[in-house]
Amino acid sequence: MSKDYEVVIGLEVHAELKTQTKIFCSCSTAFGAEPNTQTCPICAGFPGVLPVLNKKVVDLAITTGLALNCEIPNICKFDRKNYFYPDSPKAYQISQFDMPICINGYLDIDVEGRRKRIGINRVHMEEDAGKLVHQGDITTTPFSLVDLNRCGIPLLEIVSEPDMRSAQEARAYMEKLRAMLLFAGVSDCKMQEGSLRCDANVSVRPIGQVEFGTRTEIKNLNSFRALERAIEYEAARHIEAIKGGETLVQETRTWDEEKQLTRSMRSKEEAHDYRYFPEPDLLPLKISQEWVNSIRAAFPEMPEQAQKRLVEEYGLPEYDAQILTLTPDSLAFFDQCLKQYPDAKTISNWMMGEFNRLLNQNNMEIGESKVTAAGLVQMLKSIDDGTISGKMAKMVLEEMFATGNCPEVIIREKGLVQISDEGTLLTLIDDIIKTNPKVVEDYKSGKEKAFGFFAGQIMKATQGQANPTLVNKLLKDRLNHIQ
Amino acid sequence: MALTIKEVEHVALLARLSLSEDEKVKLSQQLGAILNYADTLNTIPTDNVEPLTHILSVHNVFRADEVQPSMPREEMLANAPLVEAGYYKVPKIM
Ligand SMILES: [Zn+2]
Repeated sequence: MSKDYEVVIGLEVHAELKTQTKIFCSCSTAFGAEPNTQTCPICAGFPGVLPVLNKKVVDLAITTGLALNCEIPNICKFDRKNYFYPDSPKAYQISQFDMPICINGYLDIDVEGRRKRIGINRVHMEEDAGKLVHQGDITTTPFSLVDLNRCGIPLLEIVSEPDMRSAQEARAYMEKLRAMLLFAGVSDCKMQEGSLRCDANVSVRPIGQVEFGTRTEIKNLNSFRALERAIEYEAARHIEAIKGGETLVQETRTWDEEKQLTRSMRSKEEAHDYRYFPEPDLLPLKISQEWVNSIRAAFPEMPEQAQKRLVEEYGLPEYDAQILTLTPDSLAFFDQCLKQYPDAKTISNWMMGEFNRLLNQNNMEIGESKVTAAGLVQMLKSIDDGTISGKMAKMVLEEMFATGNCPEVIIREKGLVQISDEGTLLTLIDDIIKTNPKVVEDYKSGKEKAFGFFAGQIMKATQGQANPTLVNKLLKDRLNHIQ
Repeated sequence: MALTIKEVEHVALLARLSLSEDEKVKLSQQLGAILNYADTLNTIPTDNVEPLTHILSVHNVFRADEVQPSMPREEMLANAPLVEAGYYKVPKIM
């Protein structure tokens, strides 16, 4: 990133709401059903049908607004956004235009130890569109197949202010937003399944310039990594264009994950003209203070409160607290461990270290793993009582992760018991000292390496099962007593 | 006041209508007349009138979040001109 320019980023995030039914009809929202098996005349846009709003959608939208420090205006309404596309059978999407349910909020993010406030312009309710499946080779087939199961699934669109100044800040915002939505229980936020989607508006301007540069919108950002990479790519492209005296076009671009670049999505239509107008088939909403208060009263613990608790009550570093509160599952796992094991920092180290490494390696979330809190605690206790070493524990955890077996069984089956019997270890030590008089001399003449040699020999003789702390102590003792 | 031909062409494109030159001229007059008629509303003083969001003064009509059976797929697809493997089949839009 060139020092003379700054990148300006705003994000539009679509979150699928956690409801049983669609926003305007009683069809199921379950993921993964056979095509067109979860549709009815309402969500498939047959003529003459009438939508009826799902109350849960409004509850979840208000919850989100409160989580994002928004104002909830007393009245809001739905509008029609008109466009032709085969994934939208009505040829309009029911959305909210000028009177959304939540406005003027904010979200605080932490980047490199600095806190920054990102404005939330608005949150509005809308319906999702269907899915187009391309048949055979996309470039040659003359047809698309349409699945309308997703039509009418309730979405929130969360629009930030253009307050972010780096790909890193955008990622932090997205991660924090996801944590908030997960903790508030409003969305599953599964980026791979598309229940959390993100479009980024990116522009670049010379530092000090007040006006924004020409903005492009990047679609198809299906992971935090894609978001970061796409913004970096796009910002560099803008800077190069500005430096080269080219004119940038305001347009929509798509992120090509394979080639790691953004491509223009040539729009066939002239400038978008959605001709919004009030949806006559739906009545406006009046949202009373009592309604908002009742939702506020039932609010679960949110990430920031949890972080504060972890830092103040258990003495964890801020960084640990932030990582452990990225998802409710991760926090619940930690809390469960802590009920059975007193050392918060040790739990945190294992969760953020080995356990997290295994999760990342397998592209899994903590809730999907076979490792239980009780299992991890049992493993930690086995280290404490000297049954296994820390090194063995890593093997045990790997095995727990792969099989779901409890540590006791793994330790027994793998014969991983640590040798902590002084007599056994001393016999071995004496034996090795006796057969290596030359190395003893080296040690006596101050060669540090010699000690390592002996320790290594003991570990080798016991196939790594000797208690390393005890070996060190006994070995030092013996060597120092040789005249 | 009549619409310009360009405005008529823009509206026609958005509505996916293809119009002959004669029709464009005719519609520029007709649409203009409709807009003029609607413009009479602008002559009414509304300074002390609350904006109306819906013609009915009813609010908050909801449904409970309870699943009902969807319509059988064969029935849903029965009117589709082209169907394949449980999907609607449409010309590709790229
Ligand atoms: Zn339906």
